[in-house]
Formats: sequence, C-alpha cells, structure tokens
Amino acid sequence: MSVLENVVCLTIASQLEFIDLVTNLTDNLTNLAGFDEESVYSINMAVRESVANAVEHGNQYDPNKPVDVTFTLSPEHLHVSVRDRGEGFDPSDLPDPLDPLNLLNPAGRGILYMRTFMDRVDYGRHPEGGMVVVMSKSRIAKVDIEVIENSGDGEPRHDTIGN
Amino acid sequence: MKSSKTLGTANHAMTQLVINERLCDGVVVLDLDGRIVIGDGSRLLHTEVARLLENGQMHIILDLQAVTHVDSSGIGELVSRHTTTRNAGGRLVLNRLPRKVYDLLRVTRLVDVFEIYDNEQAALSSFSDQSLC
Repeated sequence: MSVLENVVCLTIASQLEFIDLVTNLTDNLTNLAGFDEESVYSINMAVRESVANAVEHGNQYDPNKPVDVTFTLSPEHLHVSVRDRGEGFDPSDLPDPLDPLNLLNPAGRGILYMRTFMDRVDYGRHPEGGMVVVMSKSRIAKVDIEVIENSGDGEPRHDTIGN
Repeated sequence: MKSSKTLGTANHAMTQLVINERLCDGVVVLDLDGRIVIGDGSRLLHTEVARLLENGQMHIILDLQAVTHVDSSGIGELVSRHTTTRNAGGRLVLNRLPRKVYDLLRVTRLVDVFEIYDNEQAALSSFSDQSLC
C-alpha cells in the first residue's frame, strides 16, 4: 500500500440487512474524501448494487459465504472492490437490459447502473474463488468546459462537456 | 369521494417504506414515502399492488414524490407491478417522480414504458375526464 493511499476493509455476511451498513460507510468515506453530493449519491448507488448482487446472485444468501468490500482512496481516485464467493459469471453473457425485448424484465439493470454511476467497472475472478468487481471514481472534480472549435463553415461551434 | 389509510410499512433498522392509500373517484392513489430498495421495500409495494388487483381495483396511481431512494430492485418492482396491472386489464401510472428516480428510468429507457405525470390532476384525468379529487 502506498503511503498516499488509505484502505478501509469491511466483511459482511450474506444478508440484505447489511447492505445499509456498507452504504452508510460508503457515504462517510465519500463525504470525507470531498466528493460532491452528486458523486456521493452515485457511489452509494453503485456500491449498493454491487453488494446486493454479491449477496443475492453470487453467494445466494448463503450465511457461510462472506462479502468483502475494500475501499482504496488515492489522491486521484476512489476504488471499491466487492468480492463474493459464488460460482462466477461472464458479464458479457448477461442480457442487455436496453434491448427492447428485455425492457420489461424485472431484473438485470444493476450492472448498467454501476457502469452509469462509476467511471470504470471491471469484473474478474479472485484467485482464491469468487468474483470480484472493482469500481473506480475520479476524485478530481469535473467542471463544465466550453469547447470552441471551428465547425468548418467559418462559424465557431460551442459544446459543453463535463457532468 | 376521497378516503385515506396507511397500508403498511416495510421496516428494517434503516430501510423503511410507508404506503398510504387514497381513493379518488375510483382511482387508487398510493403515496409512497421512503425507500424502494431490495428487501422489504420492494416486497411491500409488490404486496399492496397485488392486493388492489385482487380486490378489482385496476386504476392505480403511484405517487413517488416522497420516495428518497430507489435501487435496481425497486425499479424492477415498478416494472413488474406495471406489467402485472396491465395484464390484469388495469393501468398503473407514476406521478411526481423525484429527479433521481426519473433519471434511473431514463438510463434504462423505461420512461417510454411507464405513463409518467407531474401532477395528480393530470394523472387522474388520464383515467377519466370526469375524475375530480
């Protein structure tokens, strides 16, 4: 661990009641790290979805299977890893929730929300078993930047980027 | 005619949803207050809409103004109740969505699936031009 990084680890049993415990800790950490209100909400949502997936789909509510959550805070990023003890899966095998044929499915949107709310989401298999999802969020505030470029017709074009 | 009653609460230490039912000219308005998240919150919504349909009450407005948090399970429950109501021959519409809940529907392209209103009169009028509360 770098001296510039702070690491917080939490292990919970596979019970839905503990999801709030993780998200409350998440809110404390993200507020402490100086994330703005919108980012605090986004990270909360992504952590909630990932832990719920680990409890429900990964560990299938098996009380003997823990869920490990690790927060690593560097000057530039917050990384959150969530490990279950399940059989694992290939995210590319999951149905696309945006496919019109799947819009009325009651489930299958969690990973989409995680990818929406975080800058990066990666899945992998842990060498000692189970799946690990690692999510990252930049600590560097994104500001609206007005980009002025020539549109080719002699008139400058103004676009606003950022969040 | 208007009546009101609190149907139930889904209460974990930190997860709470309260549903209050009002009847307005044949349309049931469920005022949801709290969180619709995995576990009790989603289950309570499921149970209460199922009970309405069993009682033949097919016109339902879900007022979400006081909803503070929804996760993918809660969104799934809204989709499921919408589908179940439609399959039973009824209509379930959403009213007064907080911006964050609307954004969750927008990201998953569900804004085109649900009927969404921003005030109760408009929601009621969608069931009948004579619906006045």
